[in-house]
Amino acid sequence: MNVLIYAESKDRGFKKAINDAVYYGKQVANNTGGKCIAMALGSVDNPSELGQYGVDLVIHDGAEKFDAFDSVQHTKALVQAAKDHHCNLVIIADTANGKSIAGRVAINLEAGLVSMVNALPLSYDPLMVSRTVFSGKAIAKYQFQTENKVMTLAGNSIKAEKQDRVAEVQKMSFNVPDAMVKVLAQETVKGEVPLPEAELVVSAGRGMKGPENWGIIEDLAHTLGATTACSRPVADSDWRPHHEHVGQTGVAIRPNLYIAIGISGAIQHLAGVNNSKTIVVINKDPEAPFFKAADYGVVGDLFEVVPRLTEALKKYKSQNS
Amino acid sequence: MNILVCISKTPDTTSKISFVDDNMKFNEQGVNFIMNPYDEWYALVRAIELVEQNGGKVTVISVGGSDYDIIIRKALAIGADNAVRIDMQAEDASQVALEIANYARSRDFEVIFTGKETIDFNGSEVGAMIAALLDMPFVSYASHLEYADGKFVIDRDIEGGIEKVQVNEKFVLSAAKGLAQQRIPNMKGIMMSKSKPLEVMTPLSGNHPRVKVDGFETPPAKSGVKLINPENMDELVRLLHEEAKVI
Repeated sequence: MNVLIYAESKDRGFKKAINDAVYYGKQVANNTGGKCIAMALGSVDNPSELGQYGVDLVIHDGAEKFDAFDSVQHTKALVQAAKDHHCNLVIIADTANGKSIAGRVAINLEAGLVSMVNALPLSYDPLMVSRTVFSGKAIAKYQFQTENKVMTLAGNSIKAEKQDRVAEVQKMSFNVPDAMVKVLAQETVKGEVPLPEAELVVSAGRGMKGPENWGIIEDLAHTLGATTACSRPVADSDWRPHHEHVGQTGVAIRPNLYIAIGISGAIQHLAGVNNSKTIVVINKDPEAPFFKAADYGVVGDLFEVVPRLTEALKKYKSQNS
Repeated sequence: MNILVCISKTPDTTSKISFVDDNMKFNEQGVNFIMNPYDEWYALVRAIELVEQNGGKVTVISVGGSDYDIIIRKALAIGADNAVRIDMQAEDASQVALEIANYARSRDFEVIFTGKETIDFNGSEVGAMIAALLDMPFVSYASHLEYADGKFVIDRDIEGGIEKVQVNEKFVLSAAKGLAQQRIPNMKGIMMSKSKPLEVMTPLSGNHPRVKVDGFETPPAKSGVKLINPENMDELVRLLHEEAKVI
């Protein structure tokens, strides 16, 4: 089966979520005797780098109009590429833009759609996949009923292996309608790993007492190379930006390590983080419900414990570098 | 401005998640069902606000059995004008989208609102599918919306921030936190909701699911928290490195 990956670009390159999707596609292609093809749109410096994660061929349309995301235009190009190259499976990373086109692509290809796939396929013939449901409290196994198939891959759900190879690049010019959604502006933090893709996350809550105290959280995150996050009350009080809010109504994440500092662990918060592989909870209240969901717990004053943890990490890093 | 709001029924966040019938079916026993919060708090309320300011009508639509009527009546109590229920037990998002698109196609809605996802399956699929079926643009994860002179200016949540977009024509939107403030139905609304029209329609023939669930699993429970002496963070670092292998 030929597999097509939507290689969404950002800042002229590709994020980890795309490398994971490519690697996933390569496994399916290898196991079903097909090719792994990626489609990239807009300004990308080096589309052939996707070869490192298993792409055989990258179809690239570098037209500037694709730099602003319009779900109709991007879908049209992706569907065209899937048809041109006889791809029965389309893999899309589960990002904000990826989710915006997945349903549209599925309808246009008359395909079944499984979102938030969390692991490599359970079987290749027939193709069966698993995904998390009920905010990570269960896993559902899915079987496609259609010849064409579309899936979105949840962030940080597989471990992509890198190889030293480059992909063939084929230039393409897709014929798409004018954009109906006009992008006016983008306001995003630069340089940080986006939360849904982050492997390491340091998150803090109301126990911090105020936004002026976040220095110790940033020091810890910086030392660890982690992305910062926060609980809902913190975002609602504007102590931290809205995009840092993890939980039921914020971002759902699945990092390898989630360090929760001064967060009690309300069920709505856990719904967004309980797919984390390892959870560390630092809280002065030994009765905080979060300890029940934690792997490691530290009962103590966060204003003493956090700087101590940062120092211990610095020591560890200097010994192991 | 006529707005169609798609609403769905989900288990309450605090529900115990378990399965019956050899792990093929969600165990509904003792589970409290609610209107999906993204549909209720954000999509429905923002639609009602737009109609309050600009005139028009809010229609809510749901695809489900008569057990959905309780959440549909709640939407009417909050302020929707009329409701439609497609009488069907859908198994996947494409079935829901096909039914809603079929209803909307011959009627004149300026905007179709959905919640950004349901809190049970977290799929975020229906909105984009409806947009595709009706050939309309789609704006996902809207956390702020302004309307003036036939133009919608919307903030949509993206990784690490927001993107501001403008859309003029008929479109589909998925609502995220921030789009509106939750409204609690008052007594007058509840009384009025009883006499508002709720039309029950039969589904399309031949609308089959495109994916099927082949069983559920619940992840193994955590083995219990290991407490670390707050004076000894070197020990925590050692465990994260040697035992958890995450650093």
